[in-house]
Amino acid sequence: MAVATQTFDAIIIGGGGAGLRASYEMAQSGLNVAVISKVFPTRSHTVSAQGGINAALGNTDGRDDWRWHMYDTVKGSDFLGDQDAIEYMCREAPESVYELEHMGLPFSRLDDGKIYQRAFGGQTLDFGGELAHRTCCAEDRTGHAMLHTLYQKNIEAKTNFYNEWFAIDLVKTSTGIAGVVAMNIETGEVVYLKARATILATGGAGRIFQATTNAHINTGDGFGMVLRAGYPLQDMEFWQFHPTGIAGAGVLITEGSRGEGGYLINKDGERYMERYAPHMKDLASRDVVARSTILEIREGRGCGPKGEYVLLKLDHLGEEVINKRLPGIRDLSITFAGVDPLKDPIPVVPTCHYLMGGIPTNIDGQVLTIDKDGKDQVIEGLYAAGECACVSVHGANRLGANSLLDLIVFGRAAGKHFQQSVKQGLGFREATVEEIEKAMGRLNRWNNNEGGESVETIRAELQKIMQNDFGVFRTAEFMKQGFDKLEKLQERLQHASIKDKSSCFNTCRIEALELDNLMATAIATAYLANERTESRGAHARVDYPDRDDKNWLKHTLYFEDGRIGFRAINMKPKEVKPIELVARHY
Amino acid sequence: MRFSIYRYNPESDAAPYMQDYDLDVKAHECHMVLDALIAIKNNMDDGLTYRRSCREGVCGSDGMNINGKNRLACTTHLSALKEPIVIRPLPGLPIVRDLVVDMSQFYKQYEKIKPYLQNTNPTPAKERLQSPEERSKLDGLYECILCACCSTSCPSFWWNPDKYVGPAGLLQAYRFIADSRDTESKERLSELTDPFSVFRCRGIMNCVDVCPKGLNPLKAINHIKELMLEEGV
Repeated sequence: MAVATQTFDAIIIGGGGAGLRASYEMAQSGLNVAVISKVFPTRSHTVSAQGGINAALGNTDGRDDWRWHMYDTVKGSDFLGDQDAIEYMCREAPESVYELEHMGLPFSRLDDGKIYQRAFGGQTLDFGGELAHRTCCAEDRTGHAMLHTLYQKNIEAKTNFYNEWFAIDLVKTSTGIAGVVAMNIETGEVVYLKARATILATGGAGRIFQATTNAHINTGDGFGMVLRAGYPLQDMEFWQFHPTGIAGAGVLITEGSRGEGGYLINKDGERYMERYAPHMKDLASRDVVARSTILEIREGRGCGPKGEYVLLKLDHLGEEVINKRLPGIRDLSITFAGVDPLKDPIPVVPTCHYLMGGIPTNIDGQVLTIDKDGKDQVIEGLYAAGECACVSVHGANRLGANSLLDLIVFGRAAGKHFQQSVKQGLGFREATVEEIEKAMGRLNRWNNNEGGESVETIRAELQKIMQNDFGVFRTAEFMKQGFDKLEKLQERLQHASIKDKSSCFNTCRIEALELDNLMATAIATAYLANERTESRGAHARVDYPDRDDKNWLKHTLYFEDGRIGFRAINMKPKEVKPIELVARHY
Repeated sequence: MRFSIYRYNPESDAAPYMQDYDLDVKAHECHMVLDALIAIKNNMDDGLTYRRSCREGVCGSDGMNINGKNRLACTTHLSALKEPIVIRPLPGLPIVRDLVVDMSQFYKQYEKIKPYLQNTNPTPAKERLQSPEERSKLDGLYECILCACCSTSCPSFWWNPDKYVGPAGLLQAYRFIADSRDTESKERLSELTDPFSVFRCRGIMNCVDVCPKGLNPLKAINHIKELMLEEGV
């Protein structure tokens, strides 16, 4: 079957923060760039980010240093983060934030007219000293403000948009990635988009869990594409559970609510984080607060008729702070919890929020694999940035407000590196008809399968397995069970089918294609979570409760054929001394 | 609970029709209209077509007409609605399929107002300063989620979707006019002086009534008109 071809300098898959920052960087320099996004770009999940973006500007505290930000990030990562990448991100943060301000992002302001900065989890001055106010924000709608600003600047820069197009698979040649096969959701038309480089900015995959803060669209599309192309994913065992998702609904309540002075209480009204983290209390890093909260609930100190949640108390902050700094979460609480935080505390529970792992890249955003000897190898023509990438700046646990920063810094870095590569003669790779057809394989499977199980049946089972067996606390026993169930489910998925086969805006088919990616992500998670026999950051094992630096101070890699590999952690920042391993206390 | 939902697939249907579904909303733990749509799609009819993403009222995907009023399916409580719950696509835009409308006319009007900050002064090394008072002028404007509930409830937009910018676009036009960092306010105002762009607004106020974020496009439109007088454009 012949497929129409369209050619661009670069194709960005995903219209969230990372994708739009990369496309803006490239389009500004006059390159012919196309963003393909399965939703209109401002519907991407970046829009839901609330709390803010970290940068050592020192506006609120009067002093700050990117090295302190770097120290906090390395410690927050439980030393699994790559120190050269963290150094780069924290050093570039102030300039990246100023750029956003110049683009028009409506940051909240201090009386002197500078960007307002609030406190956030795990952020300190002087290498672990006093609480730092480092998080720049637009009230509690920072992601919304950022995403709209970036989209607006892309309109100005005349970026090409393929809105409501779905990427099916990468087109892989013997020398690298030649582009992507994508489908117009409205018409069902399939096109081969050919480019010098393809940039994956496909975001997270929180929908592998039953309870998640993530949007319905967070289905790990980039993870599925990379695995099917034969490349590895890294550190997939590290999923962050945000301490404060609204109980039942899963909707996020920003850590900024604790940054502004809110705190968690158990059924006795006790501020229990004082016991678990005497110094940072409710602003300890997220893995610590989430685990402490689960322990409170398990030990019978949860709230509500079934003792299934804890309460986030904000009413003492007063009407002015809540309405001025946290208006969005007040709305969400009223709508989804039936609670006005001006008067009553919000029922919250740790909820799947973010994947620290993902597609391994270098600091320039180039995607990596390893060769036979375990050495890093750059994949020609493929970049990744944002939540789907693993640079790795978050290691085993991400600090709040470092994710928007990651999107901006590395979206920009990928854009810059690509421009440089074009100048140095980066060309196109020519794909054969077979290589292009291979990328359409799974679309054909879904079009042809008849009479199988439904997408919903398989998806619901997958989410249940992940929720029950790969949650905040993990054990070999449950994970092995879960893993076996997943493997059987994966086999069933090959025979699943959809009833609706029409070509007009077929969301049923899109959900089926997404399910392939959810499954790939879940299997990768299960493999690596079983493999890592230690507790580090967000990966907490009851059977291996301690961090094991001797055996596990390394990144894990998973390939689709079940191979597992490892990569060393970078402990060699360029400008500063390495941050030494220590036990982590807050 | 009974739902009556607008259906139309141009590939197979000669004409649109309303289809009824009886859903046990308790058994499926549905609280919001979107929960019910998902339950119907997952369990009764995988062909039912709608847009959705964040499910918390910030992405603007699932604007639709529910019991006669434009709103977001994900933030509309089922308990507040009378049965049967009648769900139709946003009015006034071409139908793609079922509850999915073609939004291109709406986006075109948004792009027309140059929805990006313009500042011709040299870029400073740090942030451009803006006082909290200046910044507060953007409150009630920048929060727009482009769901199109307002513009598609506006009779003037139904009548002239190609020439009248509509409440959503004008809210954003004013968001940049009001921004102390934007140097092109006068230019922006003069680009809106034709008989259609702003002046088709008749103050009907449907936009204010339906905005799921509680924003007030009419107020922004009136500010634009006042500034046109003040600036003499």
